Amino acid sequence: MNAVIELRRVSKVYGSGATEVHALREVDLSVQVGELVAVMGPSGSGKSTLLTIAGTLEEPTSGEVVIGDRTLAGLSRNDRARLRRRSIGYVFQDFNLLPGLTAVENVALPLELDGVRVRAAHAAALDVLSRLGLAERATRFPDELSGGESQRVAIARAVVGERRLLLADEPTGALDSASGETVMRMLRSACRDGVAGVVVTHDAQLASWADRVVFLRDGRVVDQTARRSGPESLLVPGGKP
Amino acid sequence: MSVRHALLALLSEGPKYGLQLRQEFESRTGEVWPLNVGQVYTTLQRLERDGFVESEGTGGPQNVFSITQEGADELAVWLRTPPDVLPPPRDELVMKVLVAASVPGVDVPELLQVHRRHAVEAMQQYTHVKGETAEDDVVLGLVIDAELFRIEGIVRWIDAADARLKHLTASPPLTRAPRLGRVRLGSKR
Repeated sequence: MNAVIELRRVSKVYGSGATEVHALREVDLSVQVGELVAVMGPSGSGKSTLLTIAGTLEEPTSGEVVIGDRTLAGLSRNDRARLRRRSIGYVFQDFNLLPGLTAVENVALPLELDGVRVRAAHAAALDVLSRLGLAERATRFPDELSGGESQRVAIARAVVGERRLLLADEPTGALDSASGETVMRMLRSACRDGVAGVVVTHDAQLASWADRVVFLRDGRVVDQTARRSGPESLLVPGGKP
Repeated sequence: MSVRHALLALLSEGPKYGLQLRQEFESRTGEVWPLNVGQVYTTLQRLERDGFVESEGTGGPQNVFSITQEGADELAVWLRTPPDVLPPPRDELVMKVLVAASVPGVDVPELLQVHRRHAVEAMQQYTHVKGETAEDDVVLGLVIDAELFRIEGIVRWIDAADARLKHLTASPPLTRAPRLGRVRLGSKR
């Protein structure tokens, strides 16, 4: 199995005593290379906590997080930060691009922060932007890009370099349906190119782009869809939903 | 989906054979709505009986069908007639959830989740077809979006029902029949 990330019986408790809140309860989740998984649930179900723990921004109260072949619990603060920089990309609802940098500079930034020389970082950033069909927008600033283009640049930034885990929080929340669809096509294609993706959302249309949908409720994984069957099942008697 | 009017629309482009009509119908709806040959010929016979199409030939697959002026008028009227947006008198899923809420021992949130999962799996299948198709395939996009929005509506209703029924867990089960019959919204039925 090529699991990029594994959560093993992960629980997260905030507060204590009367104010104790169980945000996650013994969550198991494994995402393979090439797989896009959507985590779907209502507000307060623990989606965001799951994403911040998967992204190593928070530690679980109990349970294990394994990224690649490394268990997070054994890592120093610095090693964890390095792992985060090199292996994990984030996509947010509001893009979070730096306004003073062009598209290609935004995409190159994580590599430069990690010590890659400027020229090499820019070449890698341009390569990703080209693969995502954004080469001609590379020298534009964020305020010259549409919402859909900004989010595609954010996806490029999330997968540049050796990153193998892409975490997205409602990535189409700020976009109209056509731009949202373009972004999801790109996210799916980034996963097929060798990245594992986790998207958290309450939106069924967005979730339906995933290979697998995991349902979260009150901090627990309560259900998940079967791995997607082929489109032919729509066309046979009894197969039509 | 009105097969009758879809066939009239295809014939408004020019005379066609029955098999040709079936192929064109399926290719234009991205094969999301499969149609059997029997359905095509039965519909064509009825259209001919009503004076909306006429045929030439020796019968069977060799017959060529064309639209008449009455057929063209019928198509024009149909295109502008608003579809019936009022719900059917009994929605099966709503009935199931109402029954579940009144039967002791049924885990309603779990039941809602089963239906939510089925609906999302159906959406995944449609989205997969869309994802495998070029972004500029407008016709297929329209057909699949219609199905996706329809099923998304079901998921949203399930989510809303889930939130509403949370109140029931701490109170007695629903025993009174819903009074929908007294607040008909001008239904023709």
